[in-house]
Amino acid sequence: MHEMSLCESVLKCLQESAKAQNFKQVKTVWLEIGALSGVEIEAMRFSFEVVVKDSLADGAKLEIIELPGQAWCMKCSETVTIEQRFDACPNCGSYQLQVTGGDEMKIKELEVE
Amino acid sequence: MCTVCGCSEGETRIEGHQHAHQHPNEQTHDYGAGPAHAHAPGLSQARMVQIEQDILGKNNEYAATNRRWFSERGILALNLVSSPGSGKTTLLTRTIQDLKSDLGLSVIEGDQQTTNDAERIRKTGVKALQVNTGKGCHLDGHMVGHALETLAPEDNSVLFIENVGNLVCPAAFDLGEAHKVVILSVTEGEDKPLKYPDMFHAADLMILNKIDLLPYLAFDTDECINYARRVNPGIKVLQVSATTGEGISSWYQWIKATHQLAQIGG
Ligand SMILES: Nc1nc2c(ncn2[C@@H]2O[C@H](COP(=O)(O)OP(=O)(O)OP(=O)(O)O)[C@@H](O)[C@H]2O)c(=O)[nH]1
Ligand SMILES: [Zn+2]
Ligand SMILES: [Zn+2]
Ligand SMILES: [Zn+2]
Ligand SMILES: [Zn+2]
Repeated sequence: MHEMSLCESVLKCLQESAKAQNFKQVKTVWLEIGALSGVEIEAMRFSFEVVVKDSLADGAKLEIIELPGQAWCMKCSETVTIEQRFDACPNCGSYQLQVTGGDEMKIKELEVE
Repeated sequence: MCTVCGCSEGETRIEGHQHAHQHPNEQTHDYGAGPAHAHAPGLSQARMVQIEQDILGKNNEYAATNRRWFSERGILALNLVSSPGSGKTTLLTRTIQDLKSDLGLSVIEGDQQTTNDAERIRKTGVKALQVNTGKGCHLDGHMVGHALETLAPEDNSVLFIENVGNLVCPAAFDLGEAHKVVILSVTEGEDKPLKYPDMFHAADLMILNKIDLLPYLAFDTDECINYARRVNPGIKVLQVSATTGEGISSWYQWIKATHQLAQIGG
């Protein structure tokens, strides 16, 4: 359960941020998760709920901004959207793709009190 | 107890670990409360905090500290990853027997439970430290940093890190190693590189183990290597048997060449 430890990292960031930014309660967390990051969104939601129990983010809403996987196709000379890291180019079928986006795993912002 | 990082909150157990360590600069990346947002409710006390922090950022800081530590000491660190039971510990014990007169060696053993593997390694006469991750399914940069304080590998030595048997998340957690080495045994099927592409993408070397069993299996070696190259065109592949020793000298050559590169800061 990779997502469990990702959520533990998120919680740690929230706790540090609470000290630095002087807040007591987190109401909403916005995460940016790329399609190629290997993160299961459903597992992330489940883990988040478990991990933040009895913490400053107990009951916080988790908003996930999903970003598409993107790659540069050498043959087509253009950016294409891919579902998985090692997909073929949807236009020409080539595997000569350079991944250019979609591996994000970020905490974007928080709504706090 | 580690009050700075809170790592004792988890279930990680590091043999003989006293927790007297320096943490890498604990940076926070808060950029203050930004302007009011579209989704900020107007009248409550709620406010928005822009945080823009990589979820793995902390791990990556620990890993970077480890990597600097290794390079200052000319230590080659190799992170061995695989499914459970592919033969990592068997390969390591044999490797240690054969190389310990030529190279300084030590081992960090990651498993969810038991110190069995570390004990198997210690029987060979080299230093080994067990890290139990409890429920955790991978080693992380912070655990390895702590393990280094206790294990204290010698300058210019080779450190093997046997990760928890899991082809998924160890790919995402940088430990500060020079290379990930993925061990795949021929009993697991040739399509593993396609099923777990991130791991084969992250590794620089694939060791195809248990080739002594090929006569009894319908395993297509060429197809397996093609799949691995599809997810990682640059991956090197060695075919070995950790039990019979077939093909293993090429693994030793790879270690020695890579170790020399580490000495010249490569
Ligand atoms: N036939 C054959 N069996 C092997 C070979 N290498 C390992 N094994 C056997 O595979 C089993 C698992 O080996 P281990 O070395 O414990 O595997 P591991 O990867 O360390 O396992 P975990 O630490 O639990 O993930 C043992 O029964 C070994 O004897 C090999 O090259 N050929
Ligand atoms: Zn194309
Ligand atoms: Zn610590
Ligand atoms: Zn083992
Ligand atoms: Zn894991």
